[in-house]
Amino acid sequence: MTTALGVYAPGRSPLHRAPAGVKLVVMVAAGVGSVLLDRPWQVLVALALVLGAYAAAGLPPRVVARQLRPLAWVAGVTAVFQLLVSGWERAVVVVGVLAVLVLLAALVSLTTRTTELVDAVVTGCRPLRALRVDPERVGLVLALGVRCVPVVVGLAEEVRDAQRARGLAASPRAFAVPLLVRSLRHADALGEALAARGLDD
Amino acid sequence: MPLIEARGVSHRYGDRTVLAALDVRLDERRVGVVGANGSGKSTFARLLNGLVLPSEGSVTVDGHDTRREGRAVRRRVGFCFTDPDAQIVMPTVAEDVAFGLRRRGLSRTEVRERVARALEEHGLADHADHPAHLLSGGQKQMLALASVLVTEPDVLVMDEPTTLLDLRNAERISGVVARLPQQVVLVTHHLHLLDGFDRVLVFDEGHLVFDDLPATAVRHYRKLMA
Ligand SMILES: Nc1ncnc2c1ncn2[C@@H]1O[C@H](COP(=O)(O)OP(=O)(O)OP(=O)(O)O)[C@@H](O)[C@H]1O
Ligand SMILES: [Mg+2]
Repeated sequence: MTTALGVYAPGRSPLHRAPAGVKLVVMVAAGVGSVLLDRPWQVLVALALVLGAYAAAGLPPRVVARQLRPLAWVAGVTAVFQLLVSGWERAVVVVGVLAVLVLLAALVSLTTRTTELVDAVVTGCRPLRALRVDPERVGLVLALGVRCVPVVVGLAEEVRDAQRARGLAASPRAFAVPLLVRSLRHADALGEALAARGLDD
Repeated sequence: MPLIEARGVSHRYGDRTVLAALDVRLDERRVGVVGANGSGKSTFARLLNGLVLPSEGSVTVDGHDTRREGRAVRRRVGFCFTDPDAQIVMPTVAEDVAFGLRRRGLSRTEVRERVARALEEHGLADHADHPAHLLSGGQKQMLALASVLVTEPDVLVMDEPTTLLDLRNAERISGVVARLPQQVVLVTHHLHLLDGFDRVLVFDEGHLVFDDLPATAVRHYRKLMA
């Protein structure tokens, strides 16, 4: 199982050392700016820049491929659709931009510890104090969310295995109900653990 | 050793009484808790750090009441759960250990040093930046333990910490626990872990029915279960 989140790859490159806040801002800016790309050569330049950044971070092509794999289906279907409807240029632009954005987001999580990301978000949320939002809480929720992804995936695998072991056919409801029950139980236990570990301090 | 005191404690969930008329003082270094499923062991363990507040009576740790001074109690009493997945709250190993040190007025360097030492002591130094979900079950429980011990509690309460582990990992955890200078209250179904303990409590259907040295208490428990 691979998720783009929580896959920090330790390193000492300039990208690893860059402040998390800067990386987040660049990522968001790139996302907004990507709507301006509408020629294949522009997209290819953007792609080259991102791949260069991976190289600068000391991440091998294997890692790049792993980030793109989950995208393969969506990208494939989109490419065929665009090819038929609006020609190859559009297909290159749409799929290319998709790849650039996914790679960029993955690059941020590969080179930034979750704590640093969370701290950056906490700092970014300071102005929201005026609206009675507690930035520390926002950061904690973010970290818990990142932690919960693999846990829930693990629970889903357990439920599926348990059904297979009992020879039950795959039915969405027979899957969803026990998964929901387990997730709620996990949430309960997590709440208890947070209290035990001094969250209310 | 700290003094844990339960006075006239009973606890109900709805109108079902799960702990009744409990009066006990614990100041031994090693205290074991055994009993059948549903006998109230986990409820008792959770009373000790104020995760559960008694319906009647009071629980104090070194004079701090769990009801009125929950925070002070939880700073003194570390808690280790059965399922490490539920108590690992941060995505990576070192981050999870550091979590317990937030808001303790420690400098970044101090936090980093303490975390590094805790990881070293629990054989996790090579995994500092790994995602917690990639650890084995035994390593996860070690991480959970490291995350609690890094906060230097005076008392460690453990609710079946080895139940989900294989034999080797269970032995490793019990080895770590044996070396701790702290007071430990250990709930377990693995009776051999209680060898060398100072005192063992036997619970049955919500009552503390026996309270003695491990050998005698375990014998009583076995007879109860036969
Ligand atoms: N949150 C809850 N709400 C309602 N009933 C509960 C709750 N927690 C525990 N109980 C009930 O209280 C009784 C004592 O539970 P407890 O978990 O303390 O037992 P235990 O001795 O730890 O058992 P086990 O060996 O299975 O862990 C059980 O009958 C249980 O069903
Ligand atoms: Mg229990």
